[in-house]
Amino acid sequence: MTFEKERQVLVIFPHPDDEAFGVSGTIASHVNNGTPVTYACLTLGEMGRNLGNPPFATRESLPIIRRQELKDAASALGIQDLRMLGLRDKTIEFEDDEKLADLMYAMIQELNPSLIITFYPGYSVHPDHEATGRAVVRAVGRIPKDKRPKLHCVAFSNNCVEELGEADIRYNVKSVEKQKIAAIMAHRSQTQYMVAAWGDKLETQDPELLAWIHNERFWTYQWPEENQKV
Amino acid sequence: MEPIIQADVQALINSYANEDVYLHLETTNGAYATHFDESFFSVGAYIRNAFLQYELGKIVGMGPYRVGLKLSIGWVYAEGLTHYEQDAKGRLLMAGLDPAGKLAVALQISKTPFE
Ligand SMILES: [Zn+2]
Repeated sequence: MTFEKERQVLVIFPHPDDEAFGVSGTIASHVNNGTPVTYACLTLGEMGRNLGNPPFATRESLPIIRRQELKDAASALGIQDLRMLGLRDKTIEFEDDEKLADLMYAMIQELNPSLIITFYPGYSVHPDHEATGRAVVRAVGRIPKDKRPKLHCVAFSNNCVEELGEADIRYNVKSVEKQKIAAIMAHRSQTQYMVAAWGDKLETQDPELLAWIHNERFWTYQWPEENQKV
Repeated sequence: MEPIIQADVQALINSYANEDVYLHLETTNGAYATHFDESFFSVGAYIRNAFLQYELGKIVGMGPYRVGLKLSIGWVYAEGLTHYEQDAKGRLLMAGLDPAGKLAVALQISKTPFE
């Protein structure tokens, strides 16, 4: 599929690096297309487990490291408007649902995006992903049906294809491959082992790795038939 | 953080005894454990900025270590601790890292609240 020209893209994820693996090519493509992209990242991934052995970080220094990694990834992708919302990793689902939706709704009102990208509630595994997706859906659901932005969701639970069908939005982001790899590598604390495990697969153009990097897929959010207001 | 030196950690634990301290205690096996293995029973617990005093604190074991703090009316303990540091803010940070460097447990003591 080719990228439609958007007015404004709003990407909402809970963790630095959520944007890197499956979405960064899409983000870079929109940016390169001249579309303003806002990335709202709810937490700093404070609860990340990977501290290294020997350790390169502590529980307390990890968020400082990840904040910088997030900035580096955003600049690799050309994101002009990076917002860190100051919530705490692993606590999103315990926040007040209505207030969380208010936060999302306020951003949507301010930015008037034509496309929102987030996680698909029910199919995104991590409790923070689920809670973020739910809050976005709840916020978008407050907008009359004919005025809603497009809502493209990332899903990767083991049952997602079985239950949602194949993703309806598929892009090949080969043309921005370098930016995507730079964004992945920017999240060093999270990805250094993965990148090390690639070995020379990038140089040797390993088809499996390239397919993983080049293909990004989204599911258009399916609103329940009745009760359109969430 | 460095691998735990028991006597050093014991001295640090002693230095916070009988004072108001803020405590961070956490265990986790990661939010994705059940995603990768559906039979895995995922558990974790987390408390940040518990405000307390302990009258006695001990580090015990041959490594990984156990640390127990005796409160006037209760207990705090953690097991599996492997690494520690006293950071620039004077906080005692202890963690249990698995061989791959993933945090499995953390016990931290501070005289000022954790952010
Ligand atoms: Zn995440």
